[in-house]
Amino acid sequence: MSAEDHWKHTVPRKSATFDDYAISEIRRAATTGIYDIRGGGAKRKLPHFDDLLFLGASMSRYPLEGYREKCSTDITIGTRFAERPIHLKIPITIAGMSFGALSGPAKEALGRGATAVGTSTTTGDGGMTQEERAHSQTLVYQVLPSRYGMNPDDLRKADAIEIVVGQGAKPGGGGMLLGQKITKRVADMRSLPEGIDQRSACRHPDWSGPDDLEIKIQELREITDWQKPIYVKVGASRPYYDIALAVKSGADAVVLDGMQGGTAATQEVFIENVGLPTLAAVRPAVQALQDLGMHRKVQLIVSGGIRNGADVAKCLALGADAVAIGTAALIAIGDNDPGLEARYNAMGTTAGAYDDWHEGRDPAGITTQDPELSARLDPIIAGKRLANFLSVLALEVQTIARACGKSHVQNLEPEDLVALTIEAAAMAGVPLAGTNWIPGSRPG
Amino acid sequence: MATIDLANFPIRKLNAELHSLKPDTNDTHWRVLNPRGQHAIAVGVDAPVTIEVAGHVGYFCAGMNKQAHVVIQGNAGQGVAENMMSGFVHVNGDASQAAGASGCGGLLVIDGNASARCGISMKGIDIVVKGSVGHLSAFMAQAGSLVVLGDAGEAIGDSIYEAHIYVRGQVKSLGADCIEKPITDRHKAELTRLLEAAGEVDGIDIGSFRRYGSARNLYHFHVDNIGLY
Repeated sequence: MSAEDHWKHTVPRKSATFDDYAISEIRRAATTGIYDIRGGGAKRKLPHFDDLLFLGASMSRYPLEGYREKCSTDITIGTRFAERPIHLKIPITIAGMSFGALSGPAKEALGRGATAVGTSTTTGDGGMTQEERAHSQTLVYQVLPSRYGMNPDDLRKADAIEIVVGQGAKPGGGGMLLGQKITKRVADMRSLPEGIDQRSACRHPDWSGPDDLEIKIQELREITDWQKPIYVKVGASRPYYDIALAVKSGADAVVLDGMQGGTAATQEVFIENVGLPTLAAVRPAVQALQDLGMHRKVQLIVSGGIRNGADVAKCLALGADAVAIGTAALIAIGDNDPGLEARYNAMGTTAGAYDDWHEGRDPAGITTQDPELSARLDPIIAGKRLANFLSVLALEVQTIARACGKSHVQNLEPEDLVALTIEAAAMAGVPLAGTNWIPGSRPG
Repeated sequence: MATIDLANFPIRKLNAELHSLKPDTNDTHWRVLNPRGQHAIAVGVDAPVTIEVAGHVGYFCAGMNKQAHVVIQGNAGQGVAENMMSGFVHVNGDASQAAGASGCGGLLVIDGNASARCGISMKGIDIVVKGSVGHLSAFMAQAGSLVVLGDAGEAIGDSIYEAHIYVRGQVKSLGADCIEKPITDRHKAELTRLLEAAGEVDGIDIGSFRRYGSARNLYHFHVDNIGLY
């Protein structure tokens, strides 16, 4: 282009609507005739905990000395009905992820890491493995619609039971584990032929609705002699009503999973377009508990996009009793490791973006059932990394809590927070920074 | 025989007593009176005992049963013998929805009819229904056999895996990926064994049954099958 041409033409401009990703997806769909399936949670930019800040102590509140005055982190879950509630040293748990979606060494690493810091880990859609039970001091056993691997012996071996109604990545959706991950062991655990695509139902086979759920919970309590805490997990969609109905159904604890929460595999369109961001879900859930007089009596565990101690602290301040991490835990044990960049490049992706977990080709040996790939993950080293990460999260929460003058991290409260955006202020129900304005709140 | 009257004995205590039974217990015969449609009666039992329940039961009776022989002398509510692992559950009357749901083993016999989703997600249990079954029975059935002496409602065997379905009466419609299959000698033997176990030794012509199972077209997701989903 000559110098004169610059005066005749505009520079090329790409559409903000039809951006590179949107265009590539149209081409991909046109070529394959099928929707895109991937793992992980929502990748789009969403209002999140970064949009909140803590105020810290000043004239009206006294901070605690960082290295001298105690700031406790322990929590008890299941105090409502269970005869044996679980006691965790930190309010950060490991979310449910299946053996099948994850390799055996990955599940072992999660158990080792959680146990080292005194917290719980959770089974997934596929049942409980011996290795997982052996390496997890506190193990939550999921009851899922598929009931793969479900049996009363494992139910009794568990420390708590989690009835999964939905998950944040796909509220209202089931699952699909592609055949390449259905090895003989996975198939045997799920009573399915080896190598076929395994579908997970989206509804439970023997109950529907909160009235039935109440009876289902009663049955599980009877089978386990009322010993175990029973959680109900929901994907964030109508949190006020879902949490109220879970309480009505007799849950000891509720797990609320926002749309940034990951999945082993589902449709991209589902992950990105169904459900609520975690930030928008916490306050309605807490409100439901408060309206029922059940806040702190039915524990609220929040998950979906928790990355650091600040996110944990903000969840707790908004009223959660604990959080659960999934994606962050996988990253801590080696998922999307930049050291494997050449292998990611060979698959047409890059470290930090790899999300084809359903294909079972994970070079980190985490989201795979390939024996050779799985063997790359050392569960002892990976477990230590997870323990380190969990310890850092707990230390960070304590740092913030002490700065806010709290002797227990659970004493963090919404009054410790402000929001940087109007959206976050409205969703979290805290004032826009520098104002006393909480958008959406009613006067009086 | 141990007799428990639920009119003045909590279910929680009944289940706790049943759970405390040792494998060599002498209390091998239990009779439960006045069930009055209550839920979760005799759930999670793991002992070689016989439990007679004298009347109608609510949801999930004999749920996750192992080893025990449970006889319900009445009708059963939703999810009877759900996720049963082994043993024998016998409903003398009718059963509500999701009978034997996700059962992994053992035998469930229903003398009357079973409602919708009988044998949903079954994983190895055998079910014999002497009457008819409702819609979507054997939905996503993975393993085991469902034998129906009467008729079957809409969409039986929808998205079925490797379970076997035998129906003597009319089938209103087959679900996605469920097709009729020939009855071989192996299937005749299986059917005979199940009918005998259900107490139907005489007067039933094995040749009057038709067998249904998976076409296995949906075992691998393919866009060309999109109309079937």
